Amino acid sequence: MKARAFDYMRPKCVQEALEAFVSADGDASYIAGGQSLVPALALRLQAPGLLIDIARLDELRGLSLAGGHLRIGATTRHCEILGSNLVREHAPLLAKAAPFVAHPAIRNKGTFGGSLALADPASEFPAMALALDAIIEIASVEGSRRVGAGDFFIDLYETALQPGEIVTAVYVPLATAKTRTAFDELARRRGDYAIVGAGIDAQMQGGFVERMRIAFLSVGSTPVRVRAVEAALTGRQLTPEAIRQAQDVLGTELDPVGDEHTPPEMRRHLARVLLGRLLGRLEASR
Amino acid sequence: MNAFAGSIDRPNSYIGRSVSRPNAKRLLEGRGRYVTDLVLPRMLHAAFVRSPYAHGKIVSIDIEEAKALSGVRAVFTGEDLASICAPWTGTLEHFSNMKSPPQVPLPLGKVTWSGQPVVLIVADSRAIAEDAAELVIVDIEELPALADPVEAMSAAAMSQELADNICFATKLDSGGVEEAFDAADTTVEQSFVFGRHTAVTLEPRAIVADYDPSENRLTAHHATQTPYQFQDVYSRHYGIPEANVRVIAPDIGGSFGMKLHVYHEEMAVVGASIRLGRPIKYVADRMESFVSDIHARDHRITGRLALDRDGRITAMDVDDLTAIGAFSSYPRTSAVEGNQVIRLMGAPYDFSSYRANLSVVFQNKVQTSQYRAVGHPIACAVTECLVDAAARELGLDPFEIRERNLIPDSSYPRTSPTGYQFEKLSHQVCLARLKSIMNYDALRAEQADQRQKGILRGIGIALFVEITNPSPAFYGVGGARISAQDGAILKLTPSGEVHCSISVTEQGQGTETIIGQIVADQLGIDREKVRVMTGDTDTTPHGGATWACRGAGIGGETALQAARKLKANLLAVAGLILQAQPGELDIRADWIVEAVTGQQRVRLSEVARIAFFRSDTLPPETQAQLSVVHHYAPQGYPFAFTNGAQGCLVEVDAETGFVKILKHWVVEDCGRIINPLLVDEQVRGGVVQGLGAAFFEECLYNEEGQLTNGSLADYLVPMACEMPDIEISHVETPTRDTELGAKGCGEAGTAAASAAAMNAVNDALVGHGAVLTQIPMTPTRILRALGTI
Repeated sequence: MKARAFDYMRPKCVQEALEAFVSADGDASYIAGGQSLVPALALRLQAPGLLIDIARLDELRGLSLAGGHLRIGATTRHCEILGSNLVREHAPLLAKAAPFVAHPAIRNKGTFGGSLALADPASEFPAMALALDAIIEIASVEGSRRVGAGDFFIDLYETALQPGEIVTAVYVPLATAKTRTAFDELARRRGDYAIVGAGIDAQMQGGFVERMRIAFLSVGSTPVRVRAVEAALTGRQLTPEAIRQAQDVLGTELDPVGDEHTPPEMRRHLARVLLGRLLGRLEASR
Repeated sequence: MNAFAGSIDRPNSYIGRSVSRPNAKRLLEGRGRYVTDLVLPRMLHAAFVRSPYAHGKIVSIDIEEAKALSGVRAVFTGEDLASICAPWTGTLEHFSNMKSPPQVPLPLGKVTWSGQPVVLIVADSRAIAEDAAELVIVDIEELPALADPVEAMSAAAMSQELADNICFATKLDSGGVEEAFDAADTTVEQSFVFGRHTAVTLEPRAIVADYDPSENRLTAHHATQTPYQFQDVYSRHYGIPEANVRVIAPDIGGSFGMKLHVYHEEMAVVGASIRLGRPIKYVADRMESFVSDIHARDHRITGRLALDRDGRITAMDVDDLTAIGAFSSYPRTSAVEGNQVIRLMGAPYDFSSYRANLSVVFQNKVQTSQYRAVGHPIACAVTECLVDAAARELGLDPFEIRERNLIPDSSYPRTSPTGYQFEKLSHQVCLARLKSIMNYDALRAEQADQRQKGILRGIGIALFVEITNPSPAFYGVGGARISAQDGAILKLTPSGEVHCSISVTEQGQGTETIIGQIVADQLGIDREKVRVMTGDTDTTPHGGATWACRGAGIGGETALQAARKLKANLLAVAGLILQAQPGELDIRADWIVEAVTGQQRVRLSEVARIAFFRSDTLPPETQAQLSVVHHYAPQGYPFAFTNGAQGCLVEVDAETGFVKILKHWVVEDCGRIINPLLVDEQVRGGVVQGLGAAFFEECLYNEEGQLTNGSLADYLVPMACEMPDIEISHVETPTRDTELGAKGCGEAGTAAASAAAMNAVNDALVGHGAVLTQIPMTPTRILRALGTI
């Protein structure tokens, strides 16, 4: 299929991009890696009159340490996350999730900010932003604002972004000596959207859970934090008994949807298995 | 026969050697020329408006806005093309009482599957044609869809031309089945479900139809396996003399049987080109491929085996309900699959009482038809799963029960209870070889060790029989104008090279490579000096082309006989030049040599120079025949059956239902091997398609007849990461029907891979109360079988 005709521009700075969107009366899309937008254009699921290409803006690039956070520029590509020592050191959960993001060709083009802005509930990075309690920096013609990941994902492909706004960077709290993380997913084929996936970011001391965040992907219309499970584990050791209880809590907390391959009960079952496996290996892993 | 066996030791002997493909570098460098690369002057582009419903009455079609769009050159609906195209009906005369409604390019009044092309738009670009497609308003009154094969048996006829929904039904009965089951010590019965899947070729279907009214000449650049068949189809259905129709199949990116059926889009584009007198290109996109390429399989089968107390099979009884589309495909029909399923059942085993019941029913879904290993994997899976079930029942090892039941290698020729004639098969040798390359006993010991640790490994094996080298018994006797013979033209160049144009075709499997090997081998010249050309009805002789594993066996024999004919001509000229008896001469390494001593006498290029430019120096009356044309039609056995054995090792995660395929083994016997490298590639590719069917690939339909996973995100093709190492071993039992002795190998891998995989999964689940009899074996189905969800 061929996309409908559209105009294309490459602004020199974020401000110009924002103004171009306003000038187009909203009949525009930002494009960076294009790994989701371009197929949607080809399938005519989206047909904006104007594409504003923000892939090459320096303001949106780079991985750096900034004020107790790891700053990930919005157009940082998935392959850069995968290859970064900074990420490995300071955001190990992201490093663990990165190999599961699609295939190399997609990782070479797709961007971190783009993945969050799209908010596909089956994607790894939106769920991990939630597990890491990341802060999302957003620019609009009115200025810049910051939104916590917990408030960012609203519904299916719906985020706190208002029309015309751009994700400019994501700030991830730095890992400490107490940090323990785990990520895994179950996909029929390597690189596919997973049937279910989950990441855990925890602080552990002497075998006890001080704080734990668990986020699932592919179980609902948004990435999902399972706060009841987190609460059930906080202050406890990860004994088989504690893990089993956490799995039971998960069974009541998750309400996954089905698709043509996977009925909801299968997804719930796999989420439970996955949670047990991740908790079982959490303490031994940083 | 097989006189040249041992020719591998001669210089320029290529038969039996793993040589690379001359076209691989060109294709890897991106220099392939596919239909989509073609740009012709005044060429237009086609797009289709498709039915959103599986079944419905067309109330109205409003094309006015689309026609008015700038860049749109024409918009066609049903009557526009039906008026110039004779309808086609997909039946064969030797399938008695088979029926199917007639087809036209675009529907007249009724749609019968979701995705059916309804309106054709021709525009200056594909993008404009798609813009216009959005402006067409098709009003369809939705009708109830036939989407369940069991219901189709009794539901009111979906087609007004037909009395019911049964396309074809047949029974086989060798007699004695009831008695054998009554007398049996053990019987096993299982019910199977085999989903639909589709080919997913890298290159989708494509055509550039170019009609020139000044000469009443149609040239179709067509991504097909069978240019001659389409020359015939376009000629007869559009009333153009056959000699005026040229079909060119350039580089083809995979086919697997999918590109030899008549599709409405291609027929419509040819009709539009005739109406407009301009070239028109149509390339299916992936979404269109899913709803318009043929699908395959779709069987519900109940099978029973009767065995005596020694574990010997005494009878087999099978019922196959198979669902096709809203019509039988043309010109090969949609009934061959079911027919081969019931005739290949039990094929490796020595028993005489067999009964089968086949019902082929219509559905409001896209057409099904022949796809790689037509019917084979279904017959193999049913047979081999039943044999394993019997082995479990009797406490026999899977190898042991097969050893007791195989047709002995020493007992050929044999006729199967289903009527197939086997010249010579090698089941016993293949089974023993499989056991050895699998290191079976060690594998079983390791499996037991792993089980102690809670790891569920499963080992499955499956034996198969493959149909290759089909004679006219396949299609010709049924009235289809599909040739079982092939033809080749060999031309000597003045520089002493050879140009070969042959009617078998290349879709990526290496046909041109093996033909070049055979010609070079038989002529005694360097392979680099043989240029092979395929896929153009104007420049190659008419032939069957490449399908049903006939390229090597029939095309190869054609090339062999043609090369021997040319060689005799060349030695006759050389004899005149050298004043020697042609019988005392030979060609080796591009030299004319003394046959006995090998002494070099004159270069072949020198003979060519003299024959082409200095014929005045040859004796008077000499007319050197420097080109030959030769045809070969298979004789003797109606088919060259082949056989082999496969093994599969899997690990099942009983908590998640996920299966890891750890290793796969194949022993296959395709007769004379021309190029071991290419045979291995064929076998590996075939295994991957079989494992795809076993674990991943399925076209899922809902109750309304809508395909719900028609994209590469949702329809899972097997990918490299999930595929195991595939170890291959060869046994060679050449057919004596030809000099070459080659049989086919293209379907061997697909034939038994899914059966071996099913047996492996079920072996892993022994003791867990679960038996899988449906493919693909998805994690959900496995956990359901285990009772986990």
